[in-house]
Amino acid sequence: MPENGASANAATTKAATAASGLAAAQETKRQRTRTIIRAVGMLPVLLLLCIGFHVLSDGRFFTGQNIGIVVQQSAVNTVLAAGMTFVILTGGIDLSVGSILAASAMAGLIISKFPDLGVLWLPAAVLTGAVFGVLNGALIALLRLPPFIVTLGSLTAVRGAARLLGADTTVFNPSIPYAFIGNGAVTLVPGVVSIPWLWVIALLVILVSWLVLKRTVLGVHIYAVGGNESAARLAGIKVWAVLIFVYGVSGLLAGLGGAMQAARLYAANGLQLGQSYELDAITAVILGGTSFVGGIGSIWGTLVGALIIAVLSNGLILIGVSDVWQYVIKGLVIIGAVALDRYRLQGSART
Amino acid sequence: MSEPILEMRRVSKSFFSIKALRDVDLTVYAGEIHALMGENGAGKSTLMKILSGAYRPDPGSEIRIDGQSVQISGPLGGRAAGIAIIYQELSLAPNLSVAENIYLGREVSRGGLLAREAMQAAVGPILARLGADFTPQTQVANLSMGQRQLVEIARALHARSRILIMDEPTTALSAGESERLFALIRQLRAEGLAIIYISHRMDEVYALGDRVTVLRDGTLVGSLDKGDIRADTIVRMMVGRDVSSFYKKEHDPRNDSNARQGAPVLAAVDIADGRRVKGCSLTVHAGEVVGLAGLVGAGRTELAHLIIGAVPMISGHVEIEGRAVRIRTPGEALDAGIAYLTEDRKALGLFLDMSCLDNINLAVLGRDAKFGGILDRDKARDRAKRAFAGLGIRAANVGVPVGGLSGGNQQKVLLSRLLAIGPKILILDEPTRGVDVGAKSEIYSIIDNLAKSGTAVLVISSDLPEIIGICDRVVVMRAGQIAGQIRRDATSPLSQEEIMALATGTEQLDA
Repeated sequence: MPENGASANAATTKAATAASGLAAAQETKRQRTRTIIRAVGMLPVLLLLCIGFHVLSDGRFFTGQNIGIVVQQSAVNTVLAAGMTFVILTGGIDLSVGSILAASAMAGLIISKFPDLGVLWLPAAVLTGAVFGVLNGALIALLRLPPFIVTLGSLTAVRGAARLLGADTTVFNPSIPYAFIGNGAVTLVPGVVSIPWLWVIALLVILVSWLVLKRTVLGVHIYAVGGNESAARLAGIKVWAVLIFVYGVSGLLAGLGGAMQAARLYAANGLQLGQSYELDAITAVILGGTSFVGGIGSIWGTLVGALIIAVLSNGLILIGVSDVWQYVIKGLVIIGAVALDRYRLQGSART
Repeated sequence: MSEPILEMRRVSKSFFSIKALRDVDLTVYAGEIHALMGENGAGKSTLMKILSGAYRPDPGSEIRIDGQSVQISGPLGGRAAGIAIIYQELSLAPNLSVAENIYLGREVSRGGLLAREAMQAAVGPILARLGADFTPQTQVANLSMGQRQLVEIARALHARSRILIMDEPTTALSAGESERLFALIRQLRAEGLAIIYISHRMDEVYALGDRVTVLRDGTLVGSLDKGDIRADTIVRMMVGRDVSSFYKKEHDPRNDSNARQGAPVLAAVDIADGRRVKGCSLTVHAGEVVGLAGLVGAGRTELAHLIIGAVPMISGHVEIEGRAVRIRTPGEALDAGIAYLTEDRKALGLFLDMSCLDNINLAVLGRDAKFGGILDRDKARDRAKRAFAGLGIRAANVGVPVGGLSGGNQQKVLLSRLLAIGPKILILDEPTRGVDVGAKSEIYSIIDNLAKSGTAVLVISSDLPEIIGICDRVVVMRAGQIAGQIRRDATSPLSQEEIMALATGTEQLDA
């Protein structure tokens, strides 16, 4: 066999090289398609949902007023989901955001009633959230406890703290400073286009998150910790600092979400506020294409995911689906999203 | 010779329009060890996956066992045809016992309950035949890599397989374990099994192969009989060109005036972790390549992890250029100029989903950043492109995920990350493991150039020809201690026997 001629050998080698060149070309093409699918992600689904609801509701979806309601409703969840994106990108989870939101709103409202400190209620709420978040992060990073367990614990404990803060009553403040962020709007074209302040805040949060994730060293480190924690440690990344940061951000944004709710309602209740908000936030992140195992995902996907949830809630009401069925449909969407996550992972290098 | 046990004729396999295999013939006889060689991507794995039933060959391909044409489909098909594969990554469940693993998927039950005793009793004789030093009840998690390999072989024998395919079986084994495995393979050959042995290692093929078949780019290059097996012939067949000097070693610290003067760049002094490493000292000078040899389990990787601060040491210290330094984390090691290439690039080195660009730049992002934390993307792109050009990394562009690259290219990406920090000291742990022949040679050349430019290099390797080929000096570890060291000089090159004697401790028996 080895004597069968060098020329024949050369010919086969050439053919094989050409074939492998073709293979490489196809591989890059597939890679590109995959990147596009991941980047565009669920955007087509969002658009289809909007158009579908518009048709089914006899043209009541795409009205200025209704769109205003949708974005207003999605704002708080968008903010929570942005924080959740940081956490899930590291392969973690934060179940405590709903409770932190409630505790922060309570803290904010209580501060707002002090005559001289009133204006400080907003930073106080955000800071309360950040403190709880950093506590979560410290337990996870320094004591090496599993994120699910730690935040499951704080889900309950912080809820208790929220109730304690108001002695288990609802706290009102009809004259809360900065109430405009909850109910006001920024007028772009007088009388024609205005954007609710809640939505402006949500978009700013998304934009800053994007900058941090894609344009800073810290952002790359977050992706690295989620992609391969042991490798990150050996590469000299301070994994503990990254973890404390992401849980801190998640808590801080939950605090901001609490402030947004407080300003909108002029009130807070430690028991009811933010109940099961963590589930909507997680759903938005997963719908947005961020992988549950960490390391893969984008903040824009999260924005799309949060909008899908808001459109779904709004549209189902518009077309008169009963409250009971809304739950069923939303639950199925969550499962569908995770199935999609699995399917997407199959194409990746790490399975 | 008798009738062949396995004949593959005109076997082809296409994925979409790409031919991974083209008209490959392979004939294997009972009672022979048939070595299958080729660079990564040559088609060895595809061929074996066809035999195991994981892939279905293209129409026109024919597989005959004992002269009978057979269709192999699904993993059970391979097993039914008497073919067993022992993969590189062993496929055992560590949380189960040896007997449970051997019976996995074919558990025996009586009246709906597991017949655990019966299974253990049946496994016992097979383990005895293999000379295993563990029992059927042992949990696999407690076994060494060599022992796990025995479990895999026992599983194959238990399934009455007659054709055993071994894919790089010694990758994770120490030299001693490898020797024991070779003896066992020869024993199985004598018992009439056909063994297809896939390996990158020339010395193993010399030692074991009755015949060698070489694949390149999905086609059959040829087969050699025992008498014709020669390293240069095989390498030429594998790469399709002459490889004049496989190991490149042009640097010579004896000619380098800086090298021998003053303190060593790296000195580990009496380092211990209280478990695997028991007081080890070694030095590496500028421009010197020092090999760290020893059996797997001797504590070489553990010593490296102690030096770079990945694991805290309980005694001893590290000196850099004569000054004692305190290194508590891998990050501090990088700051001190020590870069460590892990032996397990997928689990501990690379971020497989991230781009080559991010993987290459990861360690220097902070140093390059603007305004204390904003990425400098132009600098990162330039650095990645320079690394691609300088190290010969082959990928579509710097933006593709590193997970899609071949082993050799992945290793070069990881190496570029370390080189980016401009280390004074480079610790390379099995730098050419799972890397094809061409890339191996390139990596040796990179190491040589680094030494020439004054970097102190410590190479941990289980591949003795590699250590002998590229190192100036070899430090040998045994059971957590330094067993001795051997220096290369003009009159006597490093010898494999001397290193093995130190690594196994046989020199004391002789004395």
